[in-house]
Amino acid sequence: MHPVLKLVAQRLALGLLLLFAVSLLIFLGTEALPGDVAQAILGQSATPEALANMREAMGLNQPAHVRYFQWLGGILTGDFGTALTNGQDIGQAIGQRLGNTLFLAGCAAAISVPLAILLGLVAARYQGRWPDKVISGVTLSTISLPEFVAAYFVIFLLTQVFPIFQPVAMVFPGMGFWDRLHAVALPVIVLVLVVLAHMMRMTRAAILNVMQSAYIETAELKGLSPMQVIWRHALPNAVAPIVSVVVLNLAYLVVGVVVVEVVFGYNALGQYLVDHVAKRDLPVVQAVGLIFAAVYIGLNILADVIAIVANPRLRHPK
Amino acid sequence: MADLLDIRNLRIEATSYPPGEKPRDGVLVDDVSVSVAKGKVLGLIGESGAGKSTIGLSAMAYGRGGVRLTGGEILLNGRNIRGLGAAGLRALRGREVTYVAQSAAAAFNPAKRLLEQVIETSLSHGIMGRDEAEKRAVMLFGKLGLPNPETFGNRYPHQVSGGQLQRAMTAMALCPKPDLVIFDEPTTALDVTTQIDVLAAIKEAIRDTGVAALYITHDLAVVAQVADDILVLRHGKKVEYGPVGQIINAPQEAYTQALVSVRSIDHEEKAEAPPVLSVQNVTARYRGTNFDVLKNVTVDLPAGQTLAVVGESGSGKSTLARAITGLLPVSQGRITFAGRELGRELKDRSRDDLRELQMIYQMADVAMNPRQTVGTIIGRPLEFYFGLGGEEKRRRVQDLLDQIEMGKGFADRYPAELSGGQKQRVCIARALAAKPKLIICDEVTSALDPLVADGILKLLLNLQAQEGVAYLFITHDLATVRAIADRIAVMYRGQVVRYGGKTDVLTPPFDDYTDLLLSSVPEMELGWLEDVLARRRMESAGN
Repeated sequence: MHPVLKLVAQRLALGLLLLFAVSLLIFLGTEALPGDVAQAILGQSATPEALANMREAMGLNQPAHVRYFQWLGGILTGDFGTALTNGQDIGQAIGQRLGNTLFLAGCAAAISVPLAILLGLVAARYQGRWPDKVISGVTLSTISLPEFVAAYFVIFLLTQVFPIFQPVAMVFPGMGFWDRLHAVALPVIVLVLVVLAHMMRMTRAAILNVMQSAYIETAELKGLSPMQVIWRHALPNAVAPIVSVVVLNLAYLVVGVVVVEVVFGYNALGQYLVDHVAKRDLPVVQAVGLIFAAVYIGLNILADVIAIVANPRLRHPK
Repeated sequence: MADLLDIRNLRIEATSYPPGEKPRDGVLVDDVSVSVAKGKVLGLIGESGAGKSTIGLSAMAYGRGGVRLTGGEILLNGRNIRGLGAAGLRALRGREVTYVAQSAAAAFNPAKRLLEQVIETSLSHGIMGRDEAEKRAVMLFGKLGLPNPETFGNRYPHQVSGGQLQRAMTAMALCPKPDLVIFDEPTTALDVTTQIDVLAAIKEAIRDTGVAALYITHDLAVVAQVADDILVLRHGKKVEYGPVGQIINAPQEAYTQALVSVRSIDHEEKAEAPPVLSVQNVTARYRGTNFDVLKNVTVDLPAGQTLAVVGESGSGKSTLARAITGLLPVSQGRITFAGRELGRELKDRSRDDLRELQMIYQMADVAMNPRQTVGTIIGRPLEFYFGLGGEEKRRRVQDLLDQIEMGKGFADRYPAELSGGQKQRVCIARALAAKPKLIICDEVTSALDPLVADGILKLLLNLQAQEGVAYLFITHDLATVRAIADRIAVMYRGQVVRYGGKTDVLTPPFDDYTDLLLSSVPEMELGWLEDVLARRRMESAGN
């Protein structure tokens, strides 16, 4: 088997194993909380008989490992169970909101990733000169701003001073693509501001690190322009560290944007999770937790695979 | 006819930043004038720091780091390139002048195929179209003796050997049809057996393409084979400049004479003696591999004598040292040292085993902790093995410094304040501090300039006479072997192919490999390269 395929298969297998371990951790974590689902539904004043009946009906009397495998089996067949608070099917509720989450994250990524890499390359090209200082200064200040401050600032600027957008990012099923895009514009702007700095700084650092290499001198002595040197000779050798930071930021865009969702009233997974944590709706918390873990692990595997494929020594062995 | 390159009164300065001191400006090259005519080869020779690479790169108006061209004129094709702006320099680099670096392995971009890199300049300067450039690259690959020229360029740098990379780099420099190529120590990192082929390939390519060249090296014997003129440099100044025949056969200046007659050491082989180290049928492999890097190696080292282990890179000579020190456990065979059998692994060995067997390395500067003073470095084994401290330790450190011919003030200095030769002396003193019976010297003079290396070898011989310590001397340099060995083991692909007293080993009849090795060492005479190659062709025709 080709060594790259072997390495990729190894990473995938490890990822699955990790996901399995995370599922166990999520289950045990919720199990360790005081009280159980029956208690949560019936409240503090429930009689012992009522509790016992409820537990019987929900299968809570069975040993923990049996319930774990029932839960896991359900998830593997697409059945996330029902929410306690409103009796809705969790899978359905998540499906719609996951779509919204991915749409927002996708829009933010489509703008921020190319922009960050471009800015990083420019900053590296003009290291220590004014373009570098301006780019570093601006991105550093946007990352230092808490998301909600940035969000309110953007709302003020783009709905009050320049009334271009709606302050609330309302989306609903059946909405057209362009309307949707218009609706999420403000949260996308905020997210771009938040994630830009990390990726840009890593790109700059990785490029500058590679610029110390002897082959960069070779390229300079070939009479290539500074941007040609960076683009053709430095960037291909800086892919792995850049991708790993890009992926961490993508993961943040999916699982970490709850504050931005709340500020803009955007109906997505983060808000759904926070709502149900407040209501102690454990099945929902477990399901969303598992999805977030899967996104994190999946994206990191992706980063590993890209780093492996980008390495000519692995791609073309001796 | 005007010369292609005419350097007049060149002055080059740089700002250095010594640790803990104010930055200071230094003059790297001072008032050097030199010229190269079309199709001619100028050799630039000198030890490290002589300014030879700096002068070489000035022909592209390029300065590494903070290097600045501050005076004089660099006339290339009649115009002064010191005055050119960034765009003018880009048009010149890679089109009129190209560069071949010392380490092609580092100078090729690891992420790109060789062909792409070789033809890049031809395309980016619009010298020729892709088809023509690729054809020319294949032609050059063939001319430089690379295997399968048609497909060679499809490989990545890590997929070919060091000697092949060096030739590919030469092809890269010749591809855009430049007027001048700068060769910066192109064969220094190669084994002698590889060096001779690369040297011949470069010489032929220069002749066939009619290109002019600056050939930079510290090895006078090498440059004597390729250059028309030679400029000898020292401390950034001209020592002697003239036709190659005059420099080699009738040097005027004392420094040039010293360079020509280097390796003045005359060492008589000592008589047989009982061995201090005995390696018997040792076979070893690295963990996780199933390839024996040492195969059935048997050698003896008499007490107080020197056993030189020679061979090219990958022959297993450093691995043998690792096996003897216990860093690499042997899979078969025994190692006897000072009358007792050594444990296979480091943890099986007593403190006396460790003390009596010391090591000195090729890279003296990375073998020392940069944050410790020389006194601390040398004092450490005194503390560790003998429990010395205070005044007693200080006195012993001073004794050792005297032994390595370094003065009083050195105990308080840091490694960064020492020259390459001084660093290696400190490493020798540290090994000596343990009062060893055997010191393993792994390429200890390879990174040093010839005259400095000579001093280190003399020191080692003196110490051997005083202390009776034995050396296992690992090297690829046969001149060094002649200078200090009592016994010689020639290694090839993990096996000892020839072993015995120095005189026996260096006297014909030779086995094929030893013959190849010995005949590949450049000699300080004009026409040596042609003679060797002609002799080899005749022999292979005769077979």
